[in-house]
Amino acid sequence: MASTSEAVAGVALADYATALADDALIASHRLTEWVARAPQLEEDVALGNIALDLLGQARMLLQYAGSLLVPPRTEDELAYLRDERAFRNVSLVERENGDFAVTMARLLLFSTYQHELYGRLTASTDETLAAIAAKAVKEVAYHHDHARQWVLRLGDGTPTSRARMQAAVDAEWPWAGELFDASWLDPVLVESGAAVDPGEIESATLVRVRAVVAQATLEVPPEGSAVSNGRDGRHTEALGHLLAQMQHLARSHPGATW
Amino acid sequence: MLWEVFVRPKRGLAHVHAGSIHASDAEMALRNARDVYTRRQEGVSIWVVPAGEVSASSPDEQDSFFDPAADKAYRHPTFYEVPDGLHL
Repeated sequence: MASTSEAVAGVALADYATALADDALIASHRLTEWVARAPQLEEDVALGNIALDLLGQARMLLQYAGSLLVPPRTEDELAYLRDERAFRNVSLVERENGDFAVTMARLLLFSTYQHELYGRLTASTDETLAAIAAKAVKEVAYHHDHARQWVLRLGDGTPTSRARMQAAVDAEWPWAGELFDASWLDPVLVESGAAVDPGEIESATLVRVRAVVAQATLEVPPEGSAVSNGRDGRHTEALGHLLAQMQHLARSHPGATW
Repeated sequence: MLWEVFVRPKRGLAHVHAGSIHASDAEMALRNARDVYTRRQEGVSIWVVPAGEVSASSPDEQDSFFDPAADKAYRHPTFYEVPDGLHL
């Protein structure tokens, strides 16, 4: 019989794994919207690969989160049968894709954050999270590289590509602040070494993003955060539409397999 | 810009032509090749070459290029006696 403190720790850990999973799941869904619409076939495949990497991370994290809940829940139940308010992802990843430059600016911010996060999470005192992070850190290193290559080329490209890349960086930057907010996280998880304090990876992440933006001959936007409360389940309008599409099949045909 | 992609398989010694891809420059070509041709663990090394840099034999010259070899079976190393004691 688990003690009360163990049960509380289990709920907090499930919460943490769910938040990381939801970031990956929703980012994955947005990237899949590019498939067959990307600028070239090669980019369709590249974004599809990245989306599948993220989906894999989301699955592992949701399986783990589900196993910690009482009663346990499956990854499909968590992905398809939760309502908008129960999703814990940051607003950065749920908003409409916009143009290709926006997707790349967002991917640069998100993948750099994930790389810093998973790099530290490999040392987690929670063995499952450490193992998931060890697998994911190699994947997100490539995502970062992919976004970096495109931001460099579009930023330091034609006047049109430069203007659109700059507009994209300006539009996405304020939404990155939520990635580093720790207020939703149970401090016990950080103290026990199971979770990474998001605040601690802020400067490391932004230093790397700023370096790419500068190398792309773009301006780093001034400080300032958008108001976003995705971690608390209060989302932008975009998430409801996304979930309607993502969850439609599973909800219309419960238990469907193919 | 079109690039020809060569991939060296895990147990292979040589790079083998895998196909072609579009990319704006060599760095992007390597990455696109990685995404398109090695997503099922096909390779451990990739070369990309601008398609325009490949000099190819012409289909019109096929007869003069390749047909003369057709009746010269003695070019195959099957007419030699292997000396006793030589272990191949």
